[in-house]
Amino acid sequence: MSGHTDMVLVDENGMRIDGRTAEQHRPIKIEAGVLDNADGSAYVEIGKNKVLAAVYGPRECHPRHLQDPTKAIVQCKYNMETYSVSDRKRPGPDRRSIEISKIISEALEKVVLTELYPRASIDVYIEILQANAGTRCAGLTAASVALADAGIPMRDIVPAIAAGKADGHVLLDLNKEEDNYGQADVPIAIVPSTDEIVLLQMDGNMTREEFDHAIDLAVNACHEVYDLQRDALKRRYSAKKGEVSE
Amino acid sequence: MERRNARPTREIVVPGDVLDETGMKPGENAYVQDGKVRASVTGVRNVFQNTVGVIPLKGCYMPKSGDTVIGVINDIGPSNWMVDINAPYPAPLHVSEVPWKVEFGDTSKYLGIGNVVIIKILSVDESRKIQVTMKDSGLRRITGGRVVTIPCSKVSRVIGKSGTMISMLKNMTDCRITVGQNGRIWIDGDDENCDVAAEAIAMIESKAQSGNLTDAVKDFIGSRLPQNEYGYQEE
Repeated sequence: MSGHTDMVLVDENGMRIDGRTAEQHRPIKIEAGVLDNADGSAYVEIGKNKVLAAVYGPRECHPRHLQDPTKAIVQCKYNMETYSVSDRKRPGPDRRSIEISKIISEALEKVVLTELYPRASIDVYIEILQANAGTRCAGLTAASVALADAGIPMRDIVPAIAAGKADGHVLLDLNKEEDNYGQADVPIAIVPSTDEIVLLQMDGNMTREEFDHAIDLAVNACHEVYDLQRDALKRRYSAKKGEVSE
Repeated sequence: MERRNARPTREIVVPGDVLDETGMKPGENAYVQDGKVRASVTGVRNVFQNTVGVIPLKGCYMPKSGDTVIGVINDIGPSNWMVDINAPYPAPLHVSEVPWKVEFGDTSKYLGIGNVVIIKILSVDESRKIQVTMKDSGLRRITGGRVVTIPCSKVSRVIGKSGTMISMLKNMTDCRITVGQNGRIWIDGDDENCDVAAEAIAMIESKAQSGNLTDAVKDFIGSRLPQNEYGYQEE
């Protein structure tokens, strides 16, 4: 958003530097149940982003003062590995990752049936192995698959994707260059069954028309991501079934 | 006996999937939104009369009153023990709920940390506070044998339709087996037989979704332990 470049992010044919059109997202790969020791887990690749999510719980909430006597809390920890970006990321929570942890746990709390487990805590750990813009969306996408894999009761699975603006064009799913040298970035997460928005942020500037267009693009793409999430979960459990029936 | 339970399709559903739009009632792990019944957990779609629900494939143990569970003593207080029953909530076992007369402060003389007990859930209130008891037949501290753990969603498969699976396991392996609803199973008997019983339970766990499981397990144990018409045979 801040930098300036001579790079042409969108050429005269509407093609982007990685060969996508404005309304295309990067290739997405989702796999559920990749970790044995967590109650649920998922691995997501969106373009060059690589994200691992693990879920524990519901379990007794520690520290005790965070317990809610009426419902469970969703505690999320978003963490970037030191090697996830090109210059080493200083390890440990910083302002950015604390913010992302907070918005992701709030998005997930909207869908998890927390009132079934008063006083308990559901812990979500998101590890960014490789970052290339859009990791909060990838993280939330992975986290909701991991929650479903853990067998935690929830209303729906949450898909997330970003839209934005670069070189004056509204684009879906910005990559690193478009994010750095573009004009705006709008990550969105929805509940597919109702089209409720559970996460919406905006960094940069857009006109109202551009914003509405960006939302439309992202909501449509969210439904595509949702199909991939469901596929990943069904693949995991029908694979299990397949291997037992021989 | 599997056939009675057989469904035409064992459809895997994930949270948010539409289970029914024709006005059926939501069963377990389902909810209604805009007239559509949707799943709330990952599992297998299950229709029973006019309700449609989901049988979960995974998930933690939720205590219900009346459940018999196997717990491990976690912590000792002057008038109670804390028992880990594999649930999201701690289970305090009060001195008035054990079969012994315990003086105040003498709790550690009766049960120590790490001891394994068979207990029963007395009550679970709406804030999920649990009360457990050891004052009933069959409830006691267990010594010897071994405890294996399976996901609690598979417990019903280990027990089988009206207990067929578990009674077959007991007969064929000549082991004492107690199944806790929380997924912990205590096996006691001859070492070799215990091994076979534990392997059979692991097999039930991994093949929980396949049909004709009882016969498959029977063949498995039969191939490992010699049997006569009365069950397990000593060499």
